[in-house]
Amino acid sequence: MHELSIVMEVVKQVKKLAEEHNVTKVQSVTVEVGEVSGVVKEYFLDAFNWMKQRNELMKDCELNYITIEAISYCEDCKKTYQTTRYAKECPYCHSTRTYLVSGKDFMIKEIKVI
Amino acid sequence: MLYALMKEVRTIVVNRSAYADNDAEADLLRDYLHDKGVFLVNVMSSPGAGKTTTLIKLINELKKKYRIGVMEADIDSNVDAISIAKETGVKSIQIQTSGMCHLDAGMTKTGLDEIDISDLDLVFLENVGNLVCPAEFDTGACLDVMILSIPEGDDKPLKYPLVFEKCDLVMINKIDTIEYFNFDFKKCEEVIKYRNKNSTIIPISALKGEGIDKVVSYFIKKIEAWRK
Repeated sequence: MHELSIVMEVVKQVKKLAEEHNVTKVQSVTVEVGEVSGVVKEYFLDAFNWMKQRNELMKDCELNYITIEAISYCEDCKKTYQTTRYAKECPYCHSTRTYLVSGKDFMIKEIKVI
Repeated sequence: MLYALMKEVRTIVVNRSAYADNDAEADLLRDYLHDKGVFLVNVMSSPGAGKTTTLIKLINELKKKYRIGVMEADIDSNVDAISIAKETGVKSIQIQTSGMCHLDAGMTKTGLDEIDISDLDLVFLENVGNLVCPAEFDTGACLDVMILSIPEGDDKPLKYPLVFEKCDLVMINKIDTIEYFNFDFKKCEEVIKYRNKNSTIIPISALKGEGIDKVVSYFIKKIEAWRK
């Protein structure tokens, strides 16, 4: 549901960068999206495609959407595991002293510009 | 020649969170509130968990000690702002998010400017009723709290991790109805602690007034610590 807000943030940041770098056209935007970031890819793409039409610099811009796997770390056995499969409990030693190491963020990775 | 006119494609490496601007704005807002001596509380819950009723009860106690303002965020309408004003007499405004499912730090700042905090000590921000989106955006509040109600079920902390991780206080409302629902209080408490081991859990019944005194003392402690 909040995908539109994130798209607006992304567009705002891209526009700012474009201004700073004297860009005439943004060719592509690459984002890295954590598996447990709470963002629904389809909604994000729809919102992005809608938003880019309203912006001269970005209207032909492509989006590279890279999903980052969610990984958790266990403080007891020091192993890592797939968060979406096992959630909070470590599959090796069943400890719950675990925390997420990747997969929560929404990062703007890079932009290609002319 | 055409070739000479063609411009080269450049890559700009960004590596920046989409939330970075909002997070920075939220931190600035907290500094600003600290300077002004105003304590801002962000209240989150599902629709119908009892945010407005709980706030009315809390405000009627806390207003004896503090000058209070309320900002009601909703996608549309101003029914909540009207009930708060009528039932408590404190200054209240409605922030219509025009379709947005949450408030961000920028919208919160605009709301604070509109309500005018120069004569206030404590501001409640009633966020949009939703357990997902409001938790993603830092509003700049000094304290994040949430209300979970018995009819929603004890599995909510499992289903909506982020909001429970973020909140310092979880009020479990409509506790007077627990015998009619299949709600395991102990299990719910365990899961909340599992999401955030530092969170405080207070069972309340906003309608009957149960537990309100405990929440009031909790807020007083937090406000006094903030002002130091």
